[in-house]
Amino acid sequence: MTVMAAEADAPLVEPELADRVLAAALSHGGDLAELYCEQRFGLSLSIDESRLERPQQGRERGAGVRVISGETSYFAHVDGLAEPDLIRAAEAAAAALQGERTEPQPVPSAAHPELQRIEIPPEGVAAERKAEILRAADERARAGGAAIAQVMASYAETRRRVAVVNSDGRHATDDRTRTRLGVQVVAQRDGVVETGFETLGGHAGFELVERDGLAIAAEASQKGLTMLDADPAPAGTMPVVVGGGFGGVLFHEMTGHGLEFDAVQKGASVYAEKLGEQVAEPIVTAYDDGLLAGEWGTNAIDDEGTPSRKTMVIEEGRLTSYLYDLLRARQDGAESTGNGRRESFRHLPIPRMTNTYIAPGEPEPEQIIAEIDKGFYAKSFAGGQVDPATGDFVFGVSEGYLIESGKVTRPCRGATLIGNCLDALRQIDAVANDFDMKTGFCGKDGQRVPVGTGQGHVRIRELTVGGTAVG
Amino acid sequence: MSAPADLEGIAATALDAALSGGAAEAEAFVEDSTGIEIRVYDGEVESLAESAARGVGVRAWLDGRTGYAYGTDLSTDGLEQIAADAVEAAKIGDPDEHAGPPQLDGVAPATISGIHDPSLAEWDTQRKVELTQAVERACRDDDARVAAIEQTVYADESEQVAIASSGGFSGAYASTDCYAFLQAIAGENGDRETGLGFGVARAPGGLDPEAIGAEAAERATSLLGATKPKSRNCPVVLEETVAASFMGFIGGVLCADAVQRGRSPFANRLGDAIAAPALTLADDGTDPEGPASAPFDGEGTPRSRTPLIEGGALRTYLHDAYTARRGGERTTGNAARAGYRSAPSVSPSNLVISPGDAGLDDLLRDAEGGIYVTDVAGLHSGVNPVSGTFSVGASGRAISGGALGAPHTEFTIASDLATMLTAVQAAARETRWVPFGGSVKSAALLIGEMAVGGA
Repeated sequence: MTVMAAEADAPLVEPELADRVLAAALSHGGDLAELYCEQRFGLSLSIDESRLERPQQGRERGAGVRVISGETSYFAHVDGLAEPDLIRAAEAAAAALQGERTEPQPVPSAAHPELQRIEIPPEGVAAERKAEILRAADERARAGGAAIAQVMASYAETRRRVAVVNSDGRHATDDRTRTRLGVQVVAQRDGVVETGFETLGGHAGFELVERDGLAIAAEASQKGLTMLDADPAPAGTMPVVVGGGFGGVLFHEMTGHGLEFDAVQKGASVYAEKLGEQVAEPIVTAYDDGLLAGEWGTNAIDDEGTPSRKTMVIEEGRLTSYLYDLLRARQDGAESTGNGRRESFRHLPIPRMTNTYIAPGEPEPEQIIAEIDKGFYAKSFAGGQVDPATGDFVFGVSEGYLIESGKVTRPCRGATLIGNCLDALRQIDAVANDFDMKTGFCGKDGQRVPVGTGQGHVRIRELTVGGTAVG
Repeated sequence: MSAPADLEGIAATALDAALSGGAAEAEAFVEDSTGIEIRVYDGEVESLAESAARGVGVRAWLDGRTGYAYGTDLSTDGLEQIAADAVEAAKIGDPDEHAGPPQLDGVAPATISGIHDPSLAEWDTQRKVELTQAVERACRDDDARVAAIEQTVYADESEQVAIASSGGFSGAYASTDCYAFLQAIAGENGDRETGLGFGVARAPGGLDPEAIGAEAAERATSLLGATKPKSRNCPVVLEETVAASFMGFIGGVLCADAVQRGRSPFANRLGDAIAAPALTLADDGTDPEGPASAPFDGEGTPRSRTPLIEGGALRTYLHDAYTARRGGERTTGNAARAGYRSAPSVSPSNLVISPGDAGLDDLLRDAEGGIYVTDVAGLHSGVNPVSGTFSVGASGRAISGGALGAPHTEFTIASDLATMLTAVQAAARETRWVPFGGSVKSAALLIGEMAVGGA
């Protein structure tokens, strides 16, 4: 895709213009006004049935204006970044307020926090090379054998430049390049159909895909083939070992969402009023870390301009911090933890995770499996869901196995893990040393943001496995 | 049903730009929407968000190759840039003999009325806030065990859409939508349960705040004191919202795209009995009450009613122009747009389950010893749409003595889509429009047997 250099690098908003927009936003009062400007370029391409298809590119510029007055947020967004657009959004946000004008602090020149290192900016890579990577991924996945009936692979790159200014004198920018490759296979043998899926993504450039793209194609293929030999999953309660990497989605759902302060504040989280309490065994220490180099959930600043940081949420089993955005931090007399995120300029920021993970423990993964006589190994998940208010969660297992006499044995299909957050967190009795991070998209209140999840292998003493093999 | 001429004009300008920029065929889609979202907490407005979005998406075809581009700059220069991006994108892909817009010369859009309700414009923000507060209040007043209401949301949208295509089509329409929902948290004796209440309509006057609030309260309180059921195989009655979620998956795997690419458990089954005779399912993009109804689909083809499963037999798959050409069939007008930011693809419009003769009471009587499933969780990760296997989290009530008994949570229901369809013993007489699984006019379904994973 061709991006004119001037357009790509010019500031999204000048301080003098931002001053005028914030003044318009506060023309009917308010405690805080904020202007969030964004420019997006995106390109995606996929291969299916060995044919390159769905090439797509898009460009968007827009802004969101928020006015906070007391406990209420007023918000309006607009396409375009010209002065009339921004003033229109400011006036729309202010329209429902009925107070006296308040004066914003002057907008300073922008702070430019350190950006992630992008070795190969994807917009500078020829489309042919992106096509070649997909063809190679298709070929590598099909090398798994005749049982690989279908291969779909998709490549996507985005560049988001953001600028945030607010009436408290904040002005910060970020420039975010993300690259992602996903490969899915359909494996088929003797009337049995299974799928295998693997993804690779980061706050990184094309180097990521060049380096590891083909490896994930082979992994997706292997997953699909393995599941062809699967038996129906057991149904019942048993010890469960959760795989490293995307297994961290368990912690993301089970604990992370319940720490987001919007839920905590309303008593809609089972972790409310638990700060300082022992919620897990001392072997569990966990973080939300928006600074992890090159990771999918990493940014220099959050979407309110707060510098990203590493927040310890559980220290040796004790709950140490919630996750805040500016609004909820203000309401709780706390400081924002840099978790104010939004899907785009069309959305209000809310507390969201960045990269969330359980820190690695001591034992080898084989060791924590060897101690189980009869159990279930959830190596990889398709995703999960939690109701933070009750703590009930559910996870779809995409690759699962039986554990028999301390060994991982037969693969199982159609398993779901189900349980309650506080119980399951307390039941974690081993964390292995094989730490890994994976990428995911997290949906909340209709907003989808990139997040990282991670951990080593984790063992849960007892959890319900919902399969079809009853009894 | 009207839209400003300028929207059609923008579509025509973008189409011309793509054709003069080198595309052999092209299509432009323009969307212009305004809306509001109100969130209320504890009687007060928590947030009030106005939205105004305009964007254009252009598909360009060149030597059998397809490219797509979108943007928000609707000036002439901006449209030319988007058109040029689409033509450039088309050069990346591989050729496909079936690619191209539908041929629509002389084809009239479906006649449909009622998808645009002018009364939406008569509601000012304050009145909408009051409606949202009324929903919250109705929930709180319904049952003293409602401990908290996390948030009560009202949103509406007034949208205009225009399409211009080199396949011989130019058209526009306007529609309105609104919805309200809330999540209640009920508490008693240390137990906490949640429940959702919702309503959808064309304008706020069609929403019943009392009913929406009460639904959330009743769903939450009815689960208080829940236990895990015993793991077993047993009959299951899927409440209409749950039936809708499953029918959404069925609609998805009956899309010709999945079928042609070998990713549907129902490939090569046209004419076969894939379900029990009790199940009849249609796709209907013309029902005025259906949220997805419109005079034409995302490519300009008239929306229509398409029988999918009739008396258990598979009648047809759902098509857009591409899959129809590839399969030697006629398009059913099921090219769907998620907005201007993505190219159209085959998807159900509104799915309609034909109601049965029996009431819900009769279904419960025939499911003795089973479970009435009122909610499912983890669908996006728990259903494999290619193999059809599923295992999802569930909550509901025991069925005992022909009536609803003790509440159950934290269990799973598991089966596969093909087996589930053949086990449908009855659809209930009562129907309801449900915005889950896409958009479904749903009815409760009695499934003869499913695996329940619990204690």
